[in-house]
Amino acid sequence: MQPGSVYAIKEGKDKTEQHTLSVLVDNEPGVLARVIGLFSGRGYNIESLTVSETEHEKHRSRITVVTMGPPQVIEQIKAQLERMVPVHRVIDLTVTGKAIERELLLIKVRGAGDDRVEALRLADAFRARVIDATTESFVFELTGRTDKLDQFILLMQPLGLVEVSRTGVAAITRGPEAT
Amino acid sequence: MTRQMTGAEMVVQALIDQGVEHLFGYPGGAVLPIYDELFQQDKIQHILVRQEGGAGHSAEGYARSTGKVGVALVTSGPGATNMVTPLTDALMDSIPMVCITGQVATHLIGSDAFQEADTVGITRPCTKHNWLVKDVNDLGRILHEAFYVARSGRPGPVVVDIPKDVQFATGTYEGPTRVEHKTYRPQVEGDPAAIQAAVELIAKAKKPIFYTGGGVINSGPEASALLRELVRETGFPITSTLMGLGAYPASDKQWLGMLGMHGTYEANNAMHDCDVMINVGARFDDRITGRLDAFSPGSKKIHIDIDPSSINKNVRADIGIVGDVAHVLKAMLAAWKSAGHKADKAALKSWWGEIDRWRARNSLGFRQNSETILPQHAIRTLYERTRGKDVYISTEVGQHQMWAAQYFGFDEPNRWMTSGGLGTMGYGLPAAIGAQTAHRDALCIDIAGDASILMNIQELSTAIQHELPVKVFILNNQYMGMVRQWQQLLHGNRLSHSYTDSLPDFVKLAEAYGATGMRCEKASELEGAIDAMIAAKGPVLFDCRVANLANCFPMIPSGKAHNEMLLPEDATDDAIANAIDKAGRALV
Repeated sequence: MQPGSVYAIKEGKDKTEQHTLSVLVDNEPGVLARVIGLFSGRGYNIESLTVSETEHEKHRSRITVVTMGPPQVIEQIKAQLERMVPVHRVIDLTVTGKAIERELLLIKVRGAGDDRVEALRLADAFRARVIDATTESFVFELTGRTDKLDQFILLMQPLGLVEVSRTGVAAITRGPEAT
Repeated sequence: MTRQMTGAEMVVQALIDQGVEHLFGYPGGAVLPIYDELFQQDKIQHILVRQEGGAGHSAEGYARSTGKVGVALVTSGPGATNMVTPLTDALMDSIPMVCITGQVATHLIGSDAFQEADTVGITRPCTKHNWLVKDVNDLGRILHEAFYVARSGRPGPVVVDIPKDVQFATGTYEGPTRVEHKTYRPQVEGDPAAIQAAVELIAKAKKPIFYTGGGVINSGPEASALLRELVRETGFPITSTLMGLGAYPASDKQWLGMLGMHGTYEANNAMHDCDVMINVGARFDDRITGRLDAFSPGSKKIHIDIDPSSINKNVRADIGIVGDVAHVLKAMLAAWKSAGHKADKAALKSWWGEIDRWRARNSLGFRQNSETILPQHAIRTLYERTRGKDVYISTEVGQHQMWAAQYFGFDEPNRWMTSGGLGTMGYGLPAAIGAQTAHRDALCIDIAGDASILMNIQELSTAIQHELPVKVFILNNQYMGMVRQWQQLLHGNRLSHSYTDSLPDFVKLAEAYGATGMRCEKASELEGAIDAMIAAKGPVLFDCRVANLANCFPMIPSGKAHNEMLLPEDATDDAIANAIDKAGRALV
């Protein structure tokens, strides 16, 4: 091997990066399956995925996908997405920077006595809302960055965590311009 | 142009509007309305195949030999699933194909109805795009969009799945329009700055090489003409992938032969030692690169490809140019001429000197010195006896395919049809039928192996019915030769299930189908037998009995680099047994 002149993909050697991609697609049947199939078929990672129609009149949806990989794989993912027929645009929010990412968490906690009081106190500290309550349980709603949600779930674990539902990341760039 | 008509009428009308003259298909319950419309017209000729996969490969051969979109029509369920292999094949080799599949009626979808399959689900990963048409008013638009997507950018297969009730329903037909596709608009023109940089790099090259691929063929005859002009203008050596054979004439002195796993010694060594590599429409496939971390270590790489995802996928390009080959080559030639660039003559002279030393190894040499026909000799003789004729060659997959690529010289594009990416045994006969359909008076030959030909032998019946005089030239060694070769390389010569014990009598088999059967076992009789095959009126099955244990060399053993080739004279039993190390073993 001759260093400096080797063009191999060094998977696993290059640093793995996390990227948030915003994929604008035509909202046609099967489009989500197509995008997901690309990731599974080519062995790419999906850390988080959200999809919803965002422009009803134009039949457009925005798929926000958080993926991990070495820089070259990230580039390949973008190129593969961009060449799909129903894809309008792929925006790498991690590269464009200044993106805001939010996720919604619903979490059910069951307990009594001190645990119940502590859960409510922590929820207050995290600015979670109580959206359902019984004498022995709460359902909290919390919005924020992924790491904040992770932290809240971690704290609820010893306090009687029952189950979790979260939406995955939605993201948008700051400032007045569309992406 | 809008008109009221049924869905089935729209299908036929759309095909006519797209200039389709030939259609390969097989009827069934879910496409009967379309077949009824086909019955009532005479603009499109339908070729009835014997298995749906045959329709797909025929459409591929048709497309590859004409540059047009190949069209197949099959029924729902098994009809559609039998198309999965040809669709994947066409996707890997970038062949434009529109496949129309019937589907159960919309209200039955999801009910596990008879001959129902989730066709768009199954074919999603093996098509460029696909559609399930639920409203007859969308059908015209979707069909025209399908042709656009299939042939634009990097060509590929598409599927239009049409439920039976949509075929019966009446709606408004939308003819082909020139409106831009709302999302799919591939970049055709290369970036001028990148082209400028590429031309400057080429002008400074001391040890350059052109490495060309199927993209040149797909770009059309103009691309081949421009490539020839640029190669001659620069005086550089040129090699090509399996898929690109014919874009540059094999009879020319600047031609180094094919590169890659079974490429020539001079092509692979020139790739390894070059300082500037100009990749024109090839994709750095693993059959080409050998060991990636030792691939052409000292070179700057220019990569022209219409598919942005091909650039930097396997090998990093120093200059990536996204665009259609013909457009980019035209711009490069213009930039080259306007800047008054000249190749470095002195450097080229010494580079050619190096190449000539590699050439002198004569890596494709063989000695035909007994009555047992060597497969290399068989292909070489076939080439010599067909020279100057209007020839189209297809192949199956295996040793015979590599020998065909090595020993048959192609001087023109679109003359060579082979399954490169997917490696589909059974491709060759239907592909030859497809080519023959488009070129009625040409000599269409499927170079086959004894194992491969049996994978789609039923298509001989298609050839008989439609009077397509294809010739099947079988290199019969009674083995799955390439499987055996790898067992020798990797598995201690334990030939697990690679010997075909009960081959049919190919001569009788041909006769059973109504074709001509021929056999040749002696080298001294080969020329005469081939001449007789060419002269025969209808389809011929030619059983050419060749040396059973011949192997395909030269070879880059898997896991090795371009300059670590195994040449025929070095390929002793011992060398073969130890050619591949532990890491290489896991590679295909």
